[in-house]
Amino acid sequence: MTRPMQRRAFASLVAGALGAGLALLASCQGSGSEPAPAAARETQLVVFAATSLRDAFTAMVAVFEKAHPGVRVTLNFAGTQEIRTQLEQGAVADVFASADERHMKALQDANRVEQPEIFAENEAVLVVSSERAESVRSLADLPSAARIVLGAPEVPIGRYALQILDRASAKGGADFRARVEARVVSRELNVRQVLAKVSLGEADAGIVYRSDVASAGTQYAVVTIPADVNVIARYPIAQVKAGRSPSLGREWVTLVGSEQGRAILRGCGFMAPPRAQATP
Amino acid sequence: MSARARVRAHAYLVLVFAGGVLALFLLAPVVGLVAATSPADFWSGLHHPLVWPALRLSLLTTTVSLLVVVGLGTPLAWALARSTGRVARAVEVVVQLPAVIPPAVAGVALLLTFGRRGLFAGWLYPQGWSVTFTTAAVILAEIFVSAPYFVQAATDAFRRVDQSCVVVARTLGAFPLRVFWQIELPLAVSGLVAGAAMSWARSLGEFGATLMFAGNASGKTQTLPLAIYMAFESDLRAAQALSLVLIAVAFGVLLAARATLARGARARVAR
Repeated sequence: MTRPMQRRAFASLVAGALGAGLALLASCQGSGSEPAPAAARETQLVVFAATSLRDAFTAMVAVFEKAHPGVRVTLNFAGTQEIRTQLEQGAVADVFASADERHMKALQDANRVEQPEIFAENEAVLVVSSERAESVRSLADLPSAARIVLGAPEVPIGRYALQILDRASAKGGADFRARVEARVVSRELNVRQVLAKVSLGEADAGIVYRSDVASAGTQYAVVTIPADVNVIARYPIAQVKAGRSPSLGREWVTLVGSEQGRAILRGCGFMAPPRAQATP
Repeated sequence: MSARARVRAHAYLVLVFAGGVLALFLLAPVVGLVAATSPADFWSGLHHPLVWPALRLSLLTTTVSLLVVVGLGTPLAWALARSTGRVARAVEVVVQLPAVIPPAVAGVALLLTFGRRGLFAGWLYPQGWSVTFTTAAVILAEIFVSAPYFVQAATDAFRRVDQSCVVVARTLGAFPLRVFWQIELPLAVSGLVAGAAMSWARSLGEFGATLMFAGNASGKTQTLPLAIYMAFESDLRAAQALSLVLIAVAFGVLLAARATLARGARARVAR
């Protein structure tokens, strides 16, 4: 290709791009002026939930759809931070169930969700690879593991793990956290990665949620962390203000807090709070 | 304008429009990212504590993996281009497989093969040590996911080399290795560079396999994409700024590769 020809082709490509952009813009404006459809019976419920709720909420969909014939429930699971970003960017959902109170608080402050309520709790546990199960039988034995994986401090499970180490340091040996951190080989980006590393035997031990071990196999041992140093994650649920099916959304929140919903949650390794806290 | 010329002009417009749609679609998210990030955000992104260790590690590991991919991939591509047997065709397909495996699955596959309980654990790690969680693991993950791009491009480049040149050189008494160095490699070089650039870009963006196989430890296995994901957990704006750093680095390197290619092409024309 000669140079002038190249330049012409480039110029027309730019022109084409501009033309395409204008056409797109025009079509967007066209659809915006249509009248909104009249309010109809709600048949679609969209629930955004933290990944750790997958098993529990999937089980609840069956219950909900049986009680509401003709209604389809769509579940979307992702990390709590990802869902928060999706909702901030205008994703449409009716309900948001979070694994972390901070992200829910941020959405509440931004006026995107209704008043949240705590519906479940999840405790941290120690998981130990089968090769090390004999030598690491309590949290106090953790520094004897050669390779430890924790969550990154930015993700909830990583933050909780550090809190647990700090509390254990305060109670017993002051250098406990330092001795554990000296053996940390990786700060994983989510709790599933921590569990995967331990269950594949790559890491000797890690700290995950009780609900994660309930839904996985037996390639590892589960060690309970003493209650006086443990951290309990609280899961808030709230209706999303932009939702298109507000009454179905309210019924979903009710189901999750009901005796049946709490039984499902307990079956998946969660602790359901003593009594579902009513919205003030 | 004659009717025929008009038809030709219309056809040309349709082509330009179609190409423009795709170009716009590919460009728009980058523009969106830039537009959403203020210069102040970008500046603070550059000073984010995660960025320099991650950038250094990314440049180091992608350079090493590129050297390995080109060093071992060039002979493989040459052999694939020159052989016609069924085995060669099967090998050609097999070496493309890592490109279609989802990266996280690639990471699991690497663990199941080279991990502590992996296929080769018995003779690789009699002491219970393993490559997992080391910088070497990052490099292995990058080689695994990026090599197919280079090998395919290089194989195609060697296939396009005019075989009559090779035959002439051989009849003039040149040894096969000399023919390879002095005839085939120079004729295929633009394809090789293009493949190397693709492969390097794929390594730079590598995330899933690295996270699974090498973990995430700052300065050791935390490459730029992992640092971005981690910043995303705490501060979306920092993540955007880090993404712009990654895009800027990639853009600079790919532009340089392109300029090198163009200079090489002009030099060949001049000769």
